Amino acid sequence: MPEVDASFLALPRHELASAALQRAKDLGATFAEFRLERIRSESISLRDGVLESASDDEDLGLAVRVIHDGTWGFAAGVALSTDEAVRIAEQAVHLAQVSRPINSEPIELADEPVYDDVTWVSEYEIDPLSLPRAEKVALLTDYSNRLLQAEGVSHVTAHVTSVNECKFYANSEGTSTTQQRVRIGPDIQAIAVDAETGRFDSMASCVPPAGRGWEYMTGTGWNWDEELAQIPGWLAEKMAAPSVEAGAYDLVIDPTNLWLTIHESIGHATELDRALGYEANYAGTSFATLDKLNTLKYGSPVMHVTGDRIAEHGLSTVGYDDEGVAGQQWDLVKDGILVGYQVDRRMAKVNEGVLGTSRSNGCAYADSAGHIPIQRMANVSLQPVPDGPSTEELIAKVKNGIYIVGDKSWSIDMQRYNFQFTGQRFYKITDGKLDGQLRDVAYQATTTDFWGSMEAVGGPQTYVLGGALNCGKAQPAQSGAVTHGCPSALFRGVRILNTTQEAGR
Amino acid sequence: MTTVIQLTPQDTIERALDLAAAEGADGCVVLVAETSSANLRWANNTLTTNGAMRGSSVTVIATVGAGEGTAAGVAGRSSATEAELRDLVSAAVAAARAAGPAEDARPLVDGTVSPGWDEEPDETSVNVYEKFAPALGEALSRAGKENRWLYGFADHEVITLYVGSSTGLRLRQSLPRGFVTATGKSGDLSQSAWVGAATRDFSDIDPLAIDAELTRRLGWATRTIAVDAGRHPTVLTPAAVADLATYVYWRLEGRDAYEGRSVFSKPSGGTRIGDVLSPHPVGLRSDPRLAGLESFPFAVARSSGGSSSVFDNGLTLSATDWIRGGKLENLMQSRFTADLTGAPAVTPPIGNYVLSVDGATGSVDDLVAGLDRGLLVTCLWYIRVVEPQTLLLTGLTRDGVYLVENGEVTGAVNNFRFNESPVDLLARFTAAGATVPSFSREWGDEFSRTATPPLLVPDFNMSSVSQAN
Repeated sequence: MPEVDASFLALPRHELASAALQRAKDLGATFAEFRLERIRSESISLRDGVLESASDDEDLGLAVRVIHDGTWGFAAGVALSTDEAVRIAEQAVHLAQVSRPINSEPIELADEPVYDDVTWVSEYEIDPLSLPRAEKVALLTDYSNRLLQAEGVSHVTAHVTSVNECKFYANSEGTSTTQQRVRIGPDIQAIAVDAETGRFDSMASCVPPAGRGWEYMTGTGWNWDEELAQIPGWLAEKMAAPSVEAGAYDLVIDPTNLWLTIHESIGHATELDRALGYEANYAGTSFATLDKLNTLKYGSPVMHVTGDRIAEHGLSTVGYDDEGVAGQQWDLVKDGILVGYQVDRRMAKVNEGVLGTSRSNGCAYADSAGHIPIQRMANVSLQPVPDGPSTEELIAKVKNGIYIVGDKSWSIDMQRYNFQFTGQRFYKITDGKLDGQLRDVAYQATTTDFWGSMEAVGGPQTYVLGGALNCGKAQPAQSGAVTHGCPSALFRGVRILNTTQEAGR
Repeated sequence: MTTVIQLTPQDTIERALDLAAAEGADGCVVLVAETSSANLRWANNTLTTNGAMRGSSVTVIATVGAGEGTAAGVAGRSSATEAELRDLVSAAVAAARAAGPAEDARPLVDGTVSPGWDEEPDETSVNVYEKFAPALGEALSRAGKENRWLYGFADHEVITLYVGSSTGLRLRQSLPRGFVTATGKSGDLSQSAWVGAATRDFSDIDPLAIDAELTRRLGWATRTIAVDAGRHPTVLTPAAVADLATYVYWRLEGRDAYEGRSVFSKPSGGTRIGDVLSPHPVGLRSDPRLAGLESFPFAVARSSGGSSSVFDNGLTLSATDWIRGGKLENLMQSRFTADLTGAPAVTPPIGNYVLSVDGATGSVDDLVAGLDRGLLVTCLWYIRVVEPQTLLLTGLTRDGVYLVENGEVTGAVNNFRFNESPVDLLARFTAAGATVPSFSREWGDEFSRTATPPLLVPDFNMSSVSQAN
């Protein structure tokens, strides 16, 4: 079991917190919280098996957020001195005072038990940042060369991002938490260029980012040997594949693709801050408004979606969120009906009557010391059906359809209705069997129609965790990492576009 | 009491260069960025979040001999104290020693000392909103009384960048950057409009005027008309053109094009430099010294890639034509990729662009006045690449699509998903207006220094209707 890095524990976290919280209290703040955060990251990129760039970064800073006269104030800085902690507390109070005339809502927070000096560390074996750079570059070089040496592969790109996030949080209610999370995001793809026509295409590994360490790169949680051996063949087949005929098709969607559709059409749509309009100027709102809670038919009766911050290896998994709320799991969609939201302490308090609970489900997150905590996405996952079918059994139910594997292009509207996705591989399904790849495929639908067309959900044997490191939200923009577990699933009559025709060619 | 000795940016650079030399590095470049910012965010007619932040970052790029070549190592930290700086430099030197010869190795850029090198970082604070904040309060209260909802964000940031190198570079440049974006919705939330603008200091931003423009556009929506998907004559505002053109700008990478995997690759091999992309006299140009859109006048690269190199830090940037007279003139190139691809010049990325059509005059209103029937699109959203070969993009209209009939806006229209290639649009537009400073809805928060014209596209591909409103 890994422990929090000694070098982080050596920082004067309690001393800085005490100074800041005391100063905020002395200045009349009714609530104050302090964060000390250190994010170490490494990024390695290879192009055609040659190291193109590698860098390691560390972002270390402290932040204070207060409620003063019913108004938020937030300030952040970088110097780890008690003088600076005090100055930042003063600045946060000052900002609350400047903002008071344009705030019309007295801020109150939902209650949460006090957690006194608790520690939590995510599940991983090897912190990638603890290994020599050369060892990591050598592995990526090997993986790149396996692809480059195959016939039909013109270029290969390989990239890995690794993050070690240490966070200390303390608030004026007496909670203090020290946490460390490790995550890794590999990205490897082969590119083919047809020398005669100039047509090019790519085939990427379906490996998702995960709350794991370097062991993920060497076979724990992902079968690299098998996938790397198959990518060149898949790419060659895609280059020679016929172009899809646009129309309505039955789809079997692999979890390597479906996670992103869940992210966009359920994950963001069930963020209460969006439903309430707080993101209307940027990330957008949601069709799943609070008045529809417990009545909106989100999808077919086989649809069961949970939110959680506790899944093992989940990218949104924490011990405690950035408001000191313990990690939980809850239902968002049950039997196809909208039954829950992702919230933070303020939203939980304001809407406790409608939500039917007075506790936050712990979705506050700030991506760095320099940013304010906002409601960010939990791990939002489609639950498999116990004893449910395999992917092959789902495919067997389709006469004329497409099996979609891997994510690629994605886009959804500001209210989370209309989406369009592509993928890595599209297999034609004829009479219940795979019948070769197709190309130029995109699927387009309206969220509730799409989930309403979900006829069957796969069993636990098809369940895979997907996810992203770079989910964007808020102004100033913050980046979030999140996992989505899902099984394979069968959808009837979904609109398929031919992207070459869409381009007017 | 914890005591911390904070070094000045200049001292940080001198100390780091000395430490790198002591560690045996052959060369070293140090970048120190001091950033301050202040922001206000509002929704549902009230303030939601705010912040005043100060940050700094130190990046050390060390080079060492590696066989017959040179290797580079990069390490970055926020807030390097004297003790941390030693670790940071060691990490960069160790990374260089662990790396093989870099493909993009070139001699470090020779030194000049820029005027003002000794000056402290410039700063901003919440005081930049001294006049803006009360006026915003007035606008929020007015909107509440008039049954209208306002949402928005104001951000102001000042970055002061110091670059020093073992070859004598001592560059200092400060850049302010500010913007405001605002969304207005009707009382029943059924209609929505958006306005955005970039600014250097907020002296030119009036929240009440923004609210008035939102009110004007919401007024257009008192009549709503359902329009089907399909190819429609469409006027794109400068903001919507910036939403699309920013993608063209970002895809100008020289190496991808040379390797056959970009919209700017020639099917027979090599790049499309010299190809005519548009029958119109279209220009796409960057100039770091352009008044109002100033960006860093020297290359800044914390990592190497297909158009930039850490070895090129400090390279003087000059005005560059990417497209001139409709012809592709240059792609983005480091010294390495320029050699690799046989490019006509070393043309690194620059932090602004101007898209223009020679001889085009008039505004959005003039293009609208000349249109019998079609759409007016004010901004686009969630734009992603569908097919890199043609640079086919998908995305959506948002917060303001209007019907134009007989030269006038006659009502609001539902939203659409589009599938279009901005490179194709440069050839297919049939009318353009004058280029003006613009603010991209999709990318302005991170790339705000743009100037674009409004365009009329006779057959913009609205692929399906979006129910969003």
